[in-house]
Amino acid sequence: MKGRKSLVAALAAVATLTAVAAAYASTAASSKPASARAVAGNINFDGVWSGAEAKAFGAVIKAFNKKYPQVHVKYKSLGDNLPTVLATAVTGGHPPDMADIAQPGLIQQFVDKGALKPITYARKSFAANFAPSWLKLGTFNGKLYGITFKASNKSTVWYNAHAFKNAGVKPPKTWPQLLAAAKTLKASGTPAYSIGGADGWTLTDLFENIYLRQAGVGKYNLLSAHKIKWTDKTVTTALKTMAQVIGDSSNLAGGTSGAIQTDFPTSVNNVFQNPPKAAIVIEGDFVPGVATVKAKPNIDYGEFAFPSIGGSAPAVEIGGDTLVAFRDTPAIRAFVTFLTTEPAAAAWAKRGGFATGNKKMSPAVYPDAITRATASAIAKAKNVVFDMSDQQPGSFGATVGQGEWGLFQDFLRKPSNVTGVQKKLEAAAKAAYKKGK
Amino acid sequence: MSRGSITAEPPIRAAPPPTQEPGALGRYATGALFLAPAIILLGVWIVYPTVYTIVRSLFGQSGFDDFVGLGNYRTLFTTSRLLTAIENNAIWVGIVPAFVTVLGVIFAVLTERVRWSVAFKTVVFLPMAVSAFATGVTWRIMYQQDPSLGAVNALGRTFADAIHAPGVLASASPSTPSLVPQGGGLVLKTPLHPGGVALLGLTAIPPQQVPSGAKQAVAPTPKPGAIEGVVWRDFKPGGGVQGKVETQELGLPGVSVELRRGSKVVQSTKSKADGSFAFADVQPGSYRAGIGASTFAKPWGGISWLGAKLITYSLILAYIWIWAGFAMVVIAAGLSSMPRDVLEAARTDGASEWQVFRRVTIPLLWPVISVVLVTMFINVLKVFDLVITLAPGSSQNAANVIALAMWRESFGGVNDFGVGSAIAVFLFLLVIPVLALNIRNFRREA
Repeated sequence: MKGRKSLVAALAAVATLTAVAAAYASTAASSKPASARAVAGNINFDGVWSGAEAKAFGAVIKAFNKKYPQVHVKYKSLGDNLPTVLATAVTGGHPPDMADIAQPGLIQQFVDKGALKPITYARKSFAANFAPSWLKLGTFNGKLYGITFKASNKSTVWYNAHAFKNAGVKPPKTWPQLLAAAKTLKASGTPAYSIGGADGWTLTDLFENIYLRQAGVGKYNLLSAHKIKWTDKTVTTALKTMAQVIGDSSNLAGGTSGAIQTDFPTSVNNVFQNPPKAAIVIEGDFVPGVATVKAKPNIDYGEFAFPSIGGSAPAVEIGGDTLVAFRDTPAIRAFVTFLTTEPAAAAWAKRGGFATGNKKMSPAVYPDAITRATASAIAKAKNVVFDMSDQQPGSFGATVGQGEWGLFQDFLRKPSNVTGVQKKLEAAAKAAYKKGK
Repeated sequence: MSRGSITAEPPIRAAPPPTQEPGALGRYATGALFLAPAIILLGVWIVYPTVYTIVRSLFGQSGFDDFVGLGNYRTLFTTSRLLTAIENNAIWVGIVPAFVTVLGVIFAVLTERVRWSVAFKTVVFLPMAVSAFATGVTWRIMYQQDPSLGAVNALGRTFADAIHAPGVLASASPSTPSLVPQGGGLVLKTPLHPGGVALLGLTAIPPQQVPSGAKQAVAPTPKPGAIEGVVWRDFKPGGGVQGKVETQELGLPGVSVELRRGSKVVQSTKSKADGSFAFADVQPGSYRAGIGASTFAKPWGGISWLGAKLITYSLILAYIWIWAGFAMVVIAAGLSSMPRDVLEAARTDGASEWQVFRRVTIPLLWPVISVVLVTMFINVLKVFDLVITLAPGSSQNAANVIALAMWRESFGGVNDFGVGSAIAVFLFLLVIPVLALNIRNFRREA
């Protein structure tokens, strides 16, 4: 009997190893009742939003139901597991009706597989409410597939107001001003930068913001699609510029070795706490929400737009959740079209933690001054681009410790090695794009 | 677990009435009926996924339209990050089972003899009750390099600072190039003569580190036969002019300043509240003024437990902390059921305690010890949760293990179920010999 028991245990171990197939099997079994034959008027929506964000999306659905009381949107929060669950569900042939996806690279994968339905029917309303660059963001293989409904401004810089006051520096507007402020901050006894280097994406965001301003939107989009190489001269220049920030170990909180182990939330707390461990953290508009230390806006901390480089025009890099549809029913059409309109954006915007490119919505809807500044910059900026690493194949742009994330961490470890990192980036990008095909 | 579910669903009604003599077919039917729940469960949750995984491992990322044969396995053995995972697993297998077992034996034998053995055992066993996820998060905090964050390095700092006390201005650096580092301290580049002045400007001193009682710095005035100077925080909001004493710039009191001739310290003094200091009655000659090394002694910076170099060993330490209790309890159980008369007999025959332990206790305990060893082998081969929670993203490549690699390739952004499945199959093959050994052991016992 004991032998049998350990055999069972052995096979149980196999079960863990084969989670891939198991997950496939379970989705296949569970989502069967909700196939296309389900009652028209039901929309199963899988999303990343949980907690307060899920509640806010509930408010959006409520606003929608005022117009379409017979459509039931069932929102299910999958959190960070969403890409995994969606990938398995699509493989199994039973995706939800709609989903919000933060990685355009993943949307591209689904479009290539033919899993998504175009939302051309919403184009008219979309174009009436958003600037053309937003339609471009939702266009894949020449067709409109998605609405970037909830955006975040990733071109913001946050600083400790006390540290700035002690050092006598003002929020910089240009790159040289930033470097000068950093030098003064260091002399004042507070290292200038807090870098969340344990999370590779904070580094790619910094690079992308520099690249966007230095090389321009055209090159940015080319590099995002790997139509120019990572060994390009523009990349060299941008990396060298980036080294002006991360290159001085004594001006980073914890030095280089500390920065490489600092995760993003800690990098925020480093700046928001008092006394601060560093004065500046460069990340998106979601920074204050991550801080776990008590800090008051405008008193303890402040925000400024990512400085202009070489006289560059206001440009904003955004991240965000793009809504896509896996099916095409009248109910889905109604909901998708509604999401392009002002009431949909306003329903969430007034609750905070939300920014939209919807130009019809008045900035007065945003709940506080800082949100108004960061969020309206999105709708105002001429140049809006999507986070580059999110547009790349996952193995290159969104995997812990490898591809872009891993190589930018190598760059943080050794900022003098520009050409070496470029070569490795190019090799990794090449492999990833080849595989993605 | 699965056995429990067999008995939990008794198909009693389907059993044939006892009065009837069942035929061969009937007996098989009955057997099949009893086995059915188990077979269905095993089939759906174990056999089917296993077969699916093996088949999937032969196809590329995009799915079943892309047959790659053994290509995924080639990837597994040619990609450096996956090879690191295999290497690391070898390190784990080499260290953990042995350490855990030895610790288990030591704890078990020792706790037999102490009075508060129950309390001790509870404490050692407690980590088993904590989820590996929570353990990972906790240890990650404890392992932080900054001693003001991580408990392990905080302990280290307590000792390090006791031996080598940090200076009052550890973070300070010279404000102008005229102050140069020398032997851990700073010294003025230009030699001084009696009647000269020494301007020792320092920056990068956070406001909260300025010694209390500091007053506005005062620029020194030359005095014949003496060397006057000031050591001050050469910074005011906005930066100010380096190397010049300005208003709003504070003197740094209590800094030990030295006057050297050659390498010999001829005079030393401490700066006053306004940062001023003076060396009186200086003989003619050439001198250097500087600040002693002790002022700038940096506090101990901590060990980079979570860095790429140490991460695997840091993980192993935490893992041993979790599992030592398990080994202890299992071995202690074996120990308590051991026939005492054998030990007594050995002692009566004149064996020393060590001989009793080596020649009697260990051989008698061996079946139990081997169970612990084998269990740990399997556990270590599939270690996952601790690694993903404890290792920061920047060290995850260095900390990679096979099970984590499987997850990362499948779900961690790459979304390549082909390579993921190949890793799963490889891991399965690694576990089989250990399992076979385990089953054989159990059979022999039965």
